[in-house]
Parts: sequence; C-alpha cells; structure tokens
Amino acid sequence: MWKTLIQIVKVGLPAEAPPVLPAADAGEARRIEAEVLAVLGRALTIREVDAGSCNGCELEVHAVNNVYYNLEGYGIKFVASPRHADMLLVTGPGARNMAVALKRTYDATPAPKLVLAVGDCTRDGGIFGETYASAGGVGGIVPVDRFVSGCPPEPIEILRGILAAVKAGQQRRDV
Amino acid sequence: MDFGGLALDLTQLDAPLPIWRVSSRAEDWSETALLVAESGGRLVSLWASDRRQGASGSFTVSAAYATSSGLLCFELPLDGAHMSYPSLAGIFPCALRMQRAIADLHGLVAEGAEDTRPWFNHGAWPEDRFPLRRDFDGAESFPACQVRDYLFVRVAGDGVHEIPVGPVHAGIIEPGHFRFSVVGEKVLRLEERLGYTHKGIEKRFESLPAQAGYRLAGRVSGDATVAYAWAYCMALEGAVGGNAPERARWLRAMLLERERIANHLGDLGALGNDAAFAFGLTHFMRLKEDWLRLNKRLFGHRFAMDRIVPGGVALDVDAPGAAWVVEQCDAVEREVRTLRRIYDDHAGLQDRFVTTGRVTPALAKELGLTGLAGRASGFGHDLRADLPMSPYAELQVRKASHSNGDVAARVFVRFEEILESLRLIREIVTALPPGEVLAPLPSLEEDGFGIGWVESWRGEVLVALETEGERIRRCHCHDPSWQNWPVLEHAVMGNIVPDFPLINKSFNLSYSGHDL
Ligand code: SF4
Repeated sequence: MWKTLIQIVKVGLPAEAPPVLPAADAGEARRIEAEVLAVLGRALTIREVDAGSCNGCELEVHAVNNVYYNLEGYGIKFVASPRHADMLLVTGPGARNMAVALKRTYDATPAPKLVLAVGDCTRDGGIFGETYASAGGVGGIVPVDRFVSGCPPEPIEILRGILAAVKAGQQRRDV
Repeated sequence: MDFGGLALDLTQLDAPLPIWRVSSRAEDWSETALLVAESGGRLVSLWASDRRQGASGSFTVSAAYATSSGLLCFELPLDGAHMSYPSLAGIFPCALRMQRAIADLHGLVAEGAEDTRPWFNHGAWPEDRFPLRRDFDGAESFPACQVRDYLFVRVAGDGVHEIPVGPVHAGIIEPGHFRFSVVGEKVLRLEERLGYTHKGIEKRFESLPAQAGYRLAGRVSGDATVAYAWAYCMALEGAVGGNAPERARWLRAMLLERERIANHLGDLGALGNDAAFAFGLTHFMRLKEDWLRLNKRLFGHRFAMDRIVPGGVALDVDAPGAAWVVEQCDAVEREVRTLRRIYDDHAGLQDRFVTTGRVTPALAKELGLTGLAGRASGFGHDLRADLPMSPYAELQVRKASHSNGDVAARVFVRFEEILESLRLIREIVTALPPGEVLAPLPSLEEDGFGIGWVESWRGEVLVALETEGERIRRCHCHDPSWQNWPVLEHAVMGNIVPDFPLINKSFNLSYSGHDL
C-alpha cells in the first residue's frame, strides 16, 4: 500500500503539467470546462460506438480519458449505456454489419441526443470508402452533429469536437 | 527440397525471412498439413484467391505453415468447376473460421467441415454473391439486404441461462457479440460471433496501386499499424525484388518495438482497472501518453502511421532525437519497474490474476495459440528470436515465456517484453547504421508475388500480396487474433462472468484485424 501511495505522491498531478496543450492554446482547457458548464449546466455523458473503425480512433478516445486531458475534471464522462448518455461518439466508416446496432443504440439514447463522429472515415468512409461492406460514413445511419477530422484525430481535437458538438446541439435546440 | 517425406518443388521467395512457396496437387493438401502438424509446425493463415483469367487460371486456396525452417506457403489450384477443397480444421482447429470466411468471400467450400455457418456475411450482401471474386464490383452495394439470424449453439440443462453481450459493449472497445451460457455466476460456454467491423478491406486493396497499399494495410488494425505496414512493404519489396536500406530496417524495428511497448503499457493499465485497481490505469496511461507524444515529436504521428513506406521509412532519427529516445526509455524503465513491484505486491490484484482464464500448454498447442498469449502458455514462438531477420539477428532478442497460461502469466510476459523492447530500442538508436532511409523500388511490370511476416505486439501478422503490373490483384492480411479468439472461448470456461473482461483484456485481441 505504501508503495502505491509513494508513487501517487511522487507523480503528483500531471493534469497541471504544461504539455497538456500547445502553448498557443494555453487556457483552452479552462475555457472548455467553463463552456461545458455554461451550455449544459451539468456533466456531459458520452457513450462510444465503434461502427467499424480500425481501432486507431479508439486508442485516442482512450487517451482523451488519461490524466493529462483531465476529462472528468471538465464534467465529461464516458458511460456504459446509451440510456445514460447525452452524446454518442461514433467511430469508423459505418460497417454495414454494424448499421442495425448503431441505429438501435441511437434509438436507445434519450433525447436531446448529440452525435459526434470521430475520425476521417466517419465522414465519407475515408480510406475504406463506400463498398458492399462499408456505408461510406456514419451520416447515412444516424444524424451527425459534428465531425472531427484526423486519422486518428489527436485527443485534444476530440476534446474540441465534443465542445463544438455541445454548442451545435444547443443552437439546434434554440431555433 | 524434401519436406517430411514429400518431394516438393519449392521456390524460395525474395524475403528477409526464409519463405517458401509451392503449388501442389489436391492429394498432397491434407497430407502436407498432417506432416506439418506432426513435425510441430503450425498453421499461420488460410486464404483464397481468384486467379481466373478468362478461360485460364483458377481459384487457388493457400495455406501458410510456420515450420522450424521457415514459412511454407502451400497453394492448391482448384481445377475447373471444382469449388471445394479438403477442410484443414480436423488437423488445425483454427482453420475453421478462416474457411467460413473463404466461403463468404469466395464461395469456396471446405469439404468435411463441421461448421458451415456464414461468418462475415451477416446479411449485408446476398448469399450467392462473393465479394472477392473478380467479377464482383467493389463499389456495388445491397441496401435492400436484411440482417439474417444466426444460430448460436444452445446449452440445455437445469438452471442454465444465456447472457448476450454486444456487439456494442460497455467500454470503449470494438464491437463483437459474446453469448455466455451460465449457471449462476459460472460460465459453462462462450460463443463468439464476430464480423461486425467487416468493412471490405481486402476488396478495397484491389482498387489501389500497389505503391499505395501500405496505408490501407496500416489500418487493418490501428493498434498494430507499424507491424502491418512493415509486413505489407516486405511483401511488396519481395514482389518487385527491391530492398529497404539497412538504416531503414533498423528504424522499422525501432517503430515496431515502440508499438509493442505502447500497447503493453495501455493493456497493463487496463488490466489493473478491470481488477478494480484504477491506480494502474492512471499511471500506465500516463506513461503511454508520454510515449505517444515522443512519437509525435519525432515521427510526426502518435502511432507512426504511414511512416513505414515501400522501400524504407519516411522518418529519420538524428543525434538529439536518439538522446531523447534513450532518456525516455530510461525513465519509463524506472517507472515500469516501480509499477511492477506494486502490481506484484498487491494481494487483491494477484487474487484476480492468478489461475484466472487459464490456457494450459497442451491446449495452447492443440489450438495453435499464438503471440504473447502463446508465450504465456508455454507455446512460445517469436519470429524475432526464432527466425531473426536484420536487425533482430544482431540484437539477439530474448524471448519471454511462462507456462501457467493464466492472466498473471500474460501480465508477466507483457512486463518482460516491455523491458526487453526498451533494451532493443536503446541498442537500435545507439547503433543505427549510417546511410539512406529510402531506396525507391523498381517499377512493377510483370505479375508479382510476395509475403510479409512480422511479429507484432499481439503475435505474427502476415500479408500475402499478388500484383498485376502496378496494381494489386489480391492482398490478404492475417491477424494473430484469428488463432486466439477461439482459444478465448476455452479460457473463460469455468470462470465467473465478472472475470471475463479481465481475461479478454489479458489477450486484447483485434476485432478489426480479424474482421477486415
Ligand atoms: S479515421 Fe483512421 S484511425 Fe480512425 S478508424 Fe478510420 S482509419 Fe482508423
């Protein structure tokens, strides 16, 4: 036990470390936190759905959950069920074998639901294209509020995308 | 060459490892498989190609066997109207699902196979259409097709019930379906259903120039992007008779070892987390993030995607870069040793790890368990040590091994491999041979054939490439998950349901790499 505690004390709080964001973006983390709270007034819960990704995007969705990005500190949390989620984070080109599962997950998510599509292949199938097995993007299966480009997008881009989707969703509801 | 009593007319392929190719008669097909099995060899991959060209050519089924003297690629051209070949599943059980995939994609049937249910075709395309045939247009799609029901094996008896899980799972993981038959908390049987991430990668290759295929290969399984890109480039370089310069080969090995460490770090953290020790996840993921950031700084991409290219690499490491790498390796080694002591001394964690999800050496051998999971079950092969190519021959890789075959053994192997790969990386960057990092490949005029075979962090990946002028005629990618997914079904038997995530994570198999 004491070894564990020593390690915790020794490592300290990496979330405060400078490499979290590029110098030009200093302060962005705080802004994201403030905006999530301003827009939602509470925590944001996300359910991730892999719709045929190569798993590269999953690696970065995992990374955005590491201590450097301090996600839960901003009140953003990945949850285990679509029924607990405000947002679906979808990856992959929309494998046709996943179409039914993705649609059902969307239907199981309570309104108002946001959909954030992460990675180049969610937009148009990316490198996998549109084929007998790939729908050529997830937009044809569920309505997408926001796309995040990159193959895979880096964690900070995913974080920005989450915020942008929250804002876009807010505007959609306001009109 | 005389191969276990069979006189085979073998051709050695142009490759940095010993790889042999032979086209043979139907009567030798099963006998060769038996001889390989008896001499301790294993089936690496099984696939088909449509080599029909007008009235000539035929469908060909190929089996790649790993033997002590190298890889034997055994090809069986099917004559004329013959649309079947003898099943290998009785000799190599892992062949079963590969045969089901061949049936879905090529419409070729394995004679005598017990299980002929569709594997990749969940209903996205008609049962009488076969995507990997030459006459199937890659852009064609079938929106009217409906998902078809799948017949799971039912377990009957007093108090048995089923728990269906997936394809959408509770965590941030890839999709697949698991059907548990349980009594109380105890798992009697697990049946996997995969193929949800099938996105037509192999068909997609056919629309690409051979020079560009490495990018798609690098997205067969994102967590093994380096291994696949290397295997693809090895296959292409073999097909055209080109070679990557020595410095590039060393840099490729450095990337491969960095990929191994990144994945082991992430999985060790997740394993702690799955055993309710969130501290482990926090600390290992922090190390992994540092690791990926240095990748970004040095190679311009966190996972070094698209940095292994035909003829070499698209990066170089200068003296300051090498110093950063060494410095980081030293720092990570210190931290990993500390965390290992914490894991080893943590009674709660060890209680969850030890004896959980056991695969005995006998079962591992019988089912052909491969990669790190094989090495944790006393069935230890590692291409880097067994058939070392440059630079592994010079580096003398020490193979990790354990024989308990439980979660604890797989954790042990991962720790050992991190430490060994740290050593390799340090040696590579300090002894990098001088010279170019890229040598343009000769242009492709005739038809070519090449095989790439690389020990990824998960196990051996294989890429078999057939070229036709500048284009790809067929590119088959094989992930070690094909071998290990069926073994996972055995590993969970008799364990409790809540230990499944832990057991699953200790293997961490690829869905995308398997589903293609
Ligand atoms: S965007 Fe790139 S990394 Fe993400 S799933 Fe698609 S191919 Fe993989």
